[in-house]
Amino acid sequence: MNADPRGVLTGSHFLDGDHAACEGALAAGARFAAGYPITPSTEVVERYAMRAPKVGGTFIQMEDELAASIAIQGAVWGGAKAFTVTSGPGFSLMMEHIGYAAMTETPCVFVDVQRGGPSTGLPTLPAQADMMQVRWGSHGDYEIIALCPNSPQECFDLMITAFNMSEKYRVPTFLMMDEVVGHMTEKVVIPSADQIYVEPRNFTAKEPAAFKAYEACGEECVPEMVMAGEGYNIHVTGLTHDERGYPNMTPPVQDTLLKRLVGKIRDNADKICLYEEADTEGADIVVVSYGITSRVAQRAIDLAHEQGIKVGKFRLITAWPFPEKKIAEIAGKVKALVVPELNMGQMVREVERCAGGKAKVLAVPHAGGSVHRPEDILKAIVEVAR
Amino acid sequence: MTTVQIENENPVQPFLRMDRMPHIWCPGCGIGTTVNCFTRALIESKADLSKVAVVSGIGCTGRVAGYVNLDSFHTTHGRAIPFATGLKLANPKLNVVVYSGDGDLFAIGGNHLIHAARRNVDLKVICVNNLIYAMTGGQTAPTTPGAVITSTSPYGTYDPSFNIPHLVEAAGAVYVARWTTFHVRQLAKSMNEMFQKKGFGFIEVLSPCPTLYQRRNKMGDGLDAMKFYKEHSKVKHGCPTSEVSLTKAGEIIVGKFVDRERPEYSDLMHAHLREQLGEAYVEAEQVEMEHTLCS
Ligand SMILES: Cc1ncc(C[n+]2csc(CCOP(=O)(O)OP(=O)(O)O)c2C)c(N)n1
Ligand code: SF4
Repeated sequence: MNADPRGVLTGSHFLDGDHAACEGALAAGARFAAGYPITPSTEVVERYAMRAPKVGGTFIQMEDELAASIAIQGAVWGGAKAFTVTSGPGFSLMMEHIGYAAMTETPCVFVDVQRGGPSTGLPTLPAQADMMQVRWGSHGDYEIIALCPNSPQECFDLMITAFNMSEKYRVPTFLMMDEVVGHMTEKVVIPSADQIYVEPRNFTAKEPAAFKAYEACGEECVPEMVMAGEGYNIHVTGLTHDERGYPNMTPPVQDTLLKRLVGKIRDNADKICLYEEADTEGADIVVVSYGITSRVAQRAIDLAHEQGIKVGKFRLITAWPFPEKKIAEIAGKVKALVVPELNMGQMVREVERCAGGKAKVLAVPHAGGSVHRPEDILKAIVEVAR
Repeated sequence: MTTVQIENENPVQPFLRMDRMPHIWCPGCGIGTTVNCFTRALIESKADLSKVAVVSGIGCTGRVAGYVNLDSFHTTHGRAIPFATGLKLANPKLNVVVYSGDGDLFAIGGNHLIHAARRNVDLKVICVNNLIYAMTGGQTAPTTPGAVITSTSPYGTYDPSFNIPHLVEAAGAVYVARWTTFHVRQLAKSMNEMFQKKGFGFIEVLSPCPTLYQRRNKMGDGLDAMKFYKEHSKVKHGCPTSEVSLTKAGEIIVGKFVDRERPEYSDLMHAHLREQLGEAYVEAEQVEMEHTLCS
């Protein structure tokens, strides 16, 4: 389905990442947003508050992040496409409802413009410190999809991807920005509506009597959806539930449900994972990075090339599900993987796990507050190249 | 010989998910009685049932959503109201009823309740107040009156408790009433009256928890609670809510306390944005379910 032209600001614009993400949401058909202000994410909903009333959208500023993260899910069951926006401390408050969205298979999008932590940390300064929180922050076993843009253009593009994936897999999906990407201003090209694919909600065509709200459906094992008010008398619960959606807290039902919830993402990881790869063929070293760090890493890679080091680049666009096979494959061919991140070492653990000892893995941590200096990454490249 | 005709078809049966019976509530529990009143109020209200959605939080009362044969959402502890707010704003044709416990709505969810009442979102809140956290095993709630033994107040409570109607009125609700599970007719009538009113409506229903509240406090069983409600309740419509606090053994003032007019949230939003933006304002369109066949 094509985007609704009323939400698409076609043309070339000079936008920061936060505003571009908002335009992406509007283009993707998001007609409901709830938020609670926090730097450096607020500009996303500030723009939405201005734009939404002109395109049939609703914005509500809720009393806290707990409220915002569940209000969007109410809106989804009311039929809307919906999202919320936050940063580190607010993201911590949203964890409860990431679990709820995963368990109830409520398609919705969360934008996290990351800042340094822990706790109130660095309100206006960058980090990539929520990469594990997004994956593991809620309790229990679940899978999510998380995307990491490295430019305002990608904030726009990947926001649409996030909405589309969240609908396709009925899973909470995350745009994991960082303060720099959120606040940097660059050219953003917004295509015409007929050039933008929008995944429609997979509403069922079944009669109410024949419909089971949580019956695995289609190739991806994702149930068809309904919305409230259509006579289906659905029951949605965060409790372990059977195919009808009824609570059933027995080990076999839990087993069936969780296998499907994690399976629909794990089994489709190859279809979901997006990444960017350059010069990895024949490389001795590959730098694995994401978000703003990938742009600093590019400079380090260029400097390393000048020194004649055979270094390639692998950029995670999808952080979760983690592109395990791809990293394992690269690890099998190179001497070392260098992993710069704006945290004290989060995604590097995944890289190490997937490398399985086949290649050396060197973390280049940074506590946040600014970005790496390219020289720091270069130093690590030179060190492992020796 | 005379034959006695026994009716074994309960009139509220169509409103219940009979495939989920038996329910989990204890003998003598009042929650089922409130559901009975709710279904009767729905019949009375002549509401289009396909447009009624029930949203609950967590707790014994929170299980109501799972037993009513309506679109129903069993959300997280304390968050029924913000979920319901999103549901209602995205789909204004729904009649959204929030049905939950006193702990759920006033402890963990207190902030949400206050703000929904302030905004006057068109939600109907039914709060079953058993004066305790029941589902977790009988701990003190913000509604537990003084000198009550609970599992976390083994020497009796001393935390001052909330006067719920007073709080809800102050926050901005347009309809506030209190009944007990003894007042089944009044309760059903009051629920129907609330359903007819636009804006944030709130009914507190005192309900016995023989298993956890009464047992520890040697207050007998469900029937004893009914007797207590009968003997101690006084109907005082319009009573200032500042005067309706509850104590362990004192008077229970019931009735309709507040029935007033305030602009409802969506109406306010539309009117304001239309005034500010004029022609540029595009009111949200209803999403329709497109029946696409699953491949
Ligand atoms: C976030 C969270 N905290 C705590 C609990 C545990 N819990 C379950 S029910 C409940 C209290 C419910 O009390 P109330 O709302 O009065 O409902 P009742 O069971 O009395 O009807 C608590 C604290 C939970 N489920 N979730
Ligand atoms: S524990 Fe109390 S409130 Fe819960 S079902 Fe039993 S009697 Fe009712």
